[in-house]
Amino acid sequence: MAMTLTPMEQFEVKPLMEHPLFHIAGHPIYFTNQSLLMVVVVIVASLFLSLAVKPGRLVPTRGQSMAETSYEFVANMIHSATGEDGLKFFPFVFSLFIFVLFSNFFGMVPGSFTVTSQIAVTFSLSCLVILLVIVVGFMKHGIGFLKLFVPHAPWYLLILLVPIEVISFFTRPISLSVRLFANMLAGHTMLAVFAGFVVALGSAGGIFTGLAIAPMLLIVAIMLLELLVAFLQAYVFAILTCIYLNEALHLHDQH
Amino acid sequence: MELAAAKMIGAGIACIALVGAGIGIGNVFGSYLSGALRNPGAAATQTTNLLLGFALCEATGLFGLVIALIILFT
Repeated sequence: MAMTLTPMEQFEVKPLMEHPLFHIAGHPIYFTNQSLLMVVVVIVASLFLSLAVKPGRLVPTRGQSMAETSYEFVANMIHSATGEDGLKFFPFVFSLFIFVLFSNFFGMVPGSFTVTSQIAVTFSLSCLVILLVIVVGFMKHGIGFLKLFVPHAPWYLLILLVPIEVISFFTRPISLSVRLFANMLAGHTMLAVFAGFVVALGSAGGIFTGLAIAPMLLIVAIMLLELLVAFLQAYVFAILTCIYLNEALHLHDQH
Repeated sequence: MELAAAKMIGAGIACIALVGAGIGIGNVFGSYLSGALRNPGAAATQTTNLLLGFALCEATGLFGLVIALIILFT
């Protein structure tokens, strides 16, 4: 092969400065390309959302309309998934949704870095969600929150069902984080692999150079699919957060 | 050398999980379409469940892919 393909190179976390910022328990803490992208995401998202709605026009411009639509979208999602009393968690779910959405979309820019393709980031976010669910559940129901693990069933089925419920509750942070991380990782790896095809075919010479247009077109199609996935995964992350919060708020009852 | 070859084969086998994801995603959209064509009025209210089912399905296949990557890169 003319050149070695390195599709995983884009996920490498590299320090941007030579010296670590500070030390925690002897470990050097660097300012990496991931930290930079996270800072950029937070700044861009907050600037866009606050500046777009600041004038408060009666007839919104496109920017204001986008900000208001995203607000209503998340509010409707929380209302349909958790009911009226879930709306007090709106700031949390909205920040989560916007952070994941903007991280996914910033990752789509060629040459940038996908924050959500790092399991450290997604696992921290999902642990935050599960901890919130546990705290809210115990604050609202006290020790009765443990009834979450006991579904309505005859006692001989409960012997089987209770361990299953407990396991499924505690694997939620793993499945929530791995879902987002694996989707981003797989999508970007696929793009890099097809980009490698273009380079390999293009440098092969002769008839193969013309054939390089085929993987090129495929990259465009995959890019569109990835844009859909980037939105969908942010949406799924947010709505699963709402569903878990709903269980903590209402246990097995419907809202 | 044999260890490297075994790793490659193992990673390839782990990717079989994506077969199940493919079947599952096809099932999700197929069932949605057949339901939506019978009762178009209720179709719009179920898009949330559709997307949720799609994402949950896709994730199970990607878990297999993550296993493959762990085998390859550790």
